[in-house]
Amino acid sequence: MAKRKTSQLTLKDNRLESQLFNRRLTVMGVLVLGVFSFLLIRYFVLQIIQYQTYATYSENNRVHLETVPPSRGFIFDRNGILLADNRPTFTLSLNRQVVPNIKEAIAKLTPILKLTEDDLKRFNTRLRVARKFEDVPVKLRLTEEDIARFSEVKYEIPGVEIKVELSRYYPYNDLFAHVIGYVSRISEKEAEKLDPVEYDNTNLIGKIGVEKYYENILHGKAGYRHVETNAHGKLLRVLKNTSPKRGNDLTLHLDYQLQKIASDQLKGRRGAVVAIDPNTGGVLAFVSNPSFDPNAFVGGISYNLYTEYRDHLDKPLYNRALQGIYPPGSTIKPFAGLGGLNYKLIDWQKTISDPGYFRLPGDTHQFRDWKKEGHGAVDLHKAIVQSCDTFFYQLSDNIGVDRFNEWMSLFGFGKKTGIDLMDEKTGTLPSTAWKRNKLKAPWYRGEMMSVGIGQGYFTATPLQIATATAIVANGGRHITPHLLQKSIGPKDYKIKNAPDYVMPYNGDPGDWQKMKEAMRDVVHGEGGTARATGFGITGYEMAGKTGTAQVKGIKQGERYNEAAIGERFWDHGWFVGFAPYENPQIAVAVLIENGRHGSSVAPIARALFDYKIKGVIPTPAINTPAGAVDE
Amino acid sequence: MSIQNKFLRQLPKDGTNFKQRFDPWRLLHLDPMLMIALLIVSTIGLIELYSASGQHWDMTLKQMMSFGIGLITLFVFAQIPPRAYQTLSPWIYGIGVLLLFAVAIFGEVRLGAQRWLKIPGIASVQPSEFLKLGMPMMLAWFFANRALPPRFSHVIIAFILIAIPSALIAEQPDLGTAILVATSGVFILFLAGLSWWFILGVTLLGSILAPFAWGHLHDYQRQRILTLFNPESDPLGNGWNIIQSKTAIGSGGFFGKGWLHGSQSHLEFLPEGHTDFIIAAYSEEFGFLGVLILLSLYLFIIGRGFYIASSAKDTYSRLLAGSITLSFFVYVSVNVGMVSGLLPIVGVPLPFVSYGGTAIITLMASMGVLMSIKTHQKLI
Repeated sequence: MAKRKTSQLTLKDNRLESQLFNRRLTVMGVLVLGVFSFLLIRYFVLQIIQYQTYATYSENNRVHLETVPPSRGFIFDRNGILLADNRPTFTLSLNRQVVPNIKEAIAKLTPILKLTEDDLKRFNTRLRVARKFEDVPVKLRLTEEDIARFSEVKYEIPGVEIKVELSRYYPYNDLFAHVIGYVSRISEKEAEKLDPVEYDNTNLIGKIGVEKYYENILHGKAGYRHVETNAHGKLLRVLKNTSPKRGNDLTLHLDYQLQKIASDQLKGRRGAVVAIDPNTGGVLAFVSNPSFDPNAFVGGISYNLYTEYRDHLDKPLYNRALQGIYPPGSTIKPFAGLGGLNYKLIDWQKTISDPGYFRLPGDTHQFRDWKKEGHGAVDLHKAIVQSCDTFFYQLSDNIGVDRFNEWMSLFGFGKKTGIDLMDEKTGTLPSTAWKRNKLKAPWYRGEMMSVGIGQGYFTATPLQIATATAIVANGGRHITPHLLQKSIGPKDYKIKNAPDYVMPYNGDPGDWQKMKEAMRDVVHGEGGTARATGFGITGYEMAGKTGTAQVKGIKQGERYNEAAIGERFWDHGWFVGFAPYENPQIAVAVLIENGRHGSSVAPIARALFDYKIKGVIPTPAINTPAGAVDE
Repeated sequence: MSIQNKFLRQLPKDGTNFKQRFDPWRLLHLDPMLMIALLIVSTIGLIELYSASGQHWDMTLKQMMSFGIGLITLFVFAQIPPRAYQTLSPWIYGIGVLLLFAVAIFGEVRLGAQRWLKIPGIASVQPSEFLKLGMPMMLAWFFANRALPPRFSHVIIAFILIAIPSALIAEQPDLGTAILVATSGVFILFLAGLSWWFILGVTLLGSILAPFAWGHLHDYQRQRILTLFNPESDPLGNGWNIIQSKTAIGSGGFFGKGWLHGSQSHLEFLPEGHTDFIIAAYSEEFGFLGVLILLSLYLFIIGRGFYIASSAKDTYSRLLAGSITLSFFVYVSVNVGMVSGLLPIVGVPLPFVSYGGTAIITLMASMGVLMSIKTHQKLI
């Protein structure tokens, strides 16, 4: 107790305590100076030494580069009729990063937008394949009613909004589907090959047809915006703006009315029509029937519709004009005849006697003419007009498969014509080398007989046949068929609207004219196979050639259908032709699957000629005239 | 001898006594140096707040009102002589601790933490703010009556006095304030002459026990510490604050982007840009030069506090002034350090600059106490 008191007394020694306190305060003063120096060094490092790094971070935070997608170029027909348009569509899309529970959001939206099973299925597919930061469309092409109903509940479902974007629209639906094609959502696979900058924010890309072939010039040039955004990604202002440039506007050689007539004429049939301007190579009509609705593909085709298209017996998605390979039949006789003249195996005077069949020397096999009793004395002119097989059997044997191949390939058979469409088929133009490579077998002399009349191994597409016909029509100048006539826009594109070159030909140049005369007589002459079609033509003369292709059986992949099987065994009917005879402006190839006779197909060509030359639009489809000449 | 010495020190030297008598600052019990420094810092704070709040005039006006109330508080606290504080110290401390208990039982939960006590009809109060002054006062009072350097038993008692309110605050949970309150007490212990051996022993013990303390932390508190070491590991989550504030500071450069031109804070990349992280917004707009000026002002305030503590005439005043000054230093350095990514993110505002009335009033009160100690010396 006493000791404690003394200690209490020492407490009063203010001097010692003050000294102790000041020593401790000094220690703290040193600490304070040390810490402040350290802090200053820290700020010095951040603000002076690492300034560049953080300045860049800050700028990147603030400024974002945004791509402004260009709008797609328009596609017009030769008369300025709009065939592919851009229209605003309203899409309800969902931002995956904002929507907390996608299932819940969709469950809420289902009654509002009346989403069907099919819609949900498609949404789930899109959700699976969509890129991570991409908005996923819930429903495309909203109706006004959809928009109104959604607006009422908009604030209950964050992260879901209506977007307006320009989308492709094809005003004539299925009419140009096979030639213009369509655009559709860019697939993952396509995205890998595309310029990521040019296609940023672009959703659609050409999948087939002109849309695909000219994707590059239709797409246009993307614009850029430097935008200032805040931490929540909200756009505050645009700092720099480079406008996008709309893609090139394409004018095609196609003639809407001609296409319409061709399509109407094919209604209810399976077939193809290709019409070419023989002076330029411009494609005037390009029809494959049946067709499909390209607009259905733009917004993502429904599973049901796609299945329907895919499994339909008539294969509406199949481009018969471009990819259909058929035996060309007698349509090739004019070309083959010119081949004989070229190699000087025949001339216009050479006459054979046709007993109704042809026999190789030392062989008993009869190659039969379509006309049982034979055509009698036949020269080249008559052989074309009446489509005499025997004359061409003889010629085929003389010419041989390899010379035949050499000559016919000048017309474009056995290879791509080079039309401005993707995935063209070549068909087959046989040769000994081809048979050796493909079938591992030697060429037999007798096989040439069927090839010489456009059967056997010889196959071709309607486009190839139309091209070859156009070459004859213009008197032997090679043309490359093409759809594009004019391209206006930011990207330069050269188009050659003229024949390529004069066909190499060793015979008399007048032969081309004589062949055209023979073809005129097919329609207008005595005993012509398409004479029925020629009746009543006024104001111009047309020329042509019929053809019939044998159908050997049902091809692979087709389903067995008892009701249809009979008809599907019938022969294919061909007609090639051009008009006016004097100064051809249009050359066509018409094919009707199981159309039985070439002569029954010819009226379709005439309908096109009537319009092209006289501007006459046929009201009803021209029906196969009764009593057509069998070939 | 000691009494004589004390007397001699109190005698005016070469007649300055006369001048001091008529010093208006002294009559108002204000310290001009400290006052001017405070006003400059507050003005800088208001200017930056206007910008960092997104030119939010109402917010700036509210802050000005807080400064007004704070200055009145300062003035009132400066009038009360240190003697009175000394007498009241145990009461202030005791009431503070009782209120903390009350908070633990009846407190109002805001933002996941139970910090507020609602007094019906008046306002919500944060008793932990009470302890920011109550704690150093209590310990200064405790040691003022005892021999220094302190005996072991006194140190233990002091630790208990520190531990009770600190633990209560930490449980709210408000780790930042708990540490600050505890630190203000520990500073008294240190200034009172706590043995270096003891300091060494506690430091060693602390490092051994640290892993156990880690286990006691809340998840978000642990996360903040982990994020400090590697903010890039979670750039959009916990690391976001640090990355964005470092970007704001760094992009300021030497001269800064200029007032109202800090893109980081204006585009809302900087979180809490007007409260705890205001120094980042300030650094972005005024650059290293601005930081240098602001830190110099803070250093001046701290230096002035040291001078007041050093020239105080009794143990209570000395210890209290020293602790208040050092606490102020801790506020500044913890805030400036945490915003620049040197320390984990704890909720410590930047004195006189961050938005928030409570902090301003508490700080002004403590500055008032400092001025009281400075200006009432002659009465001893």
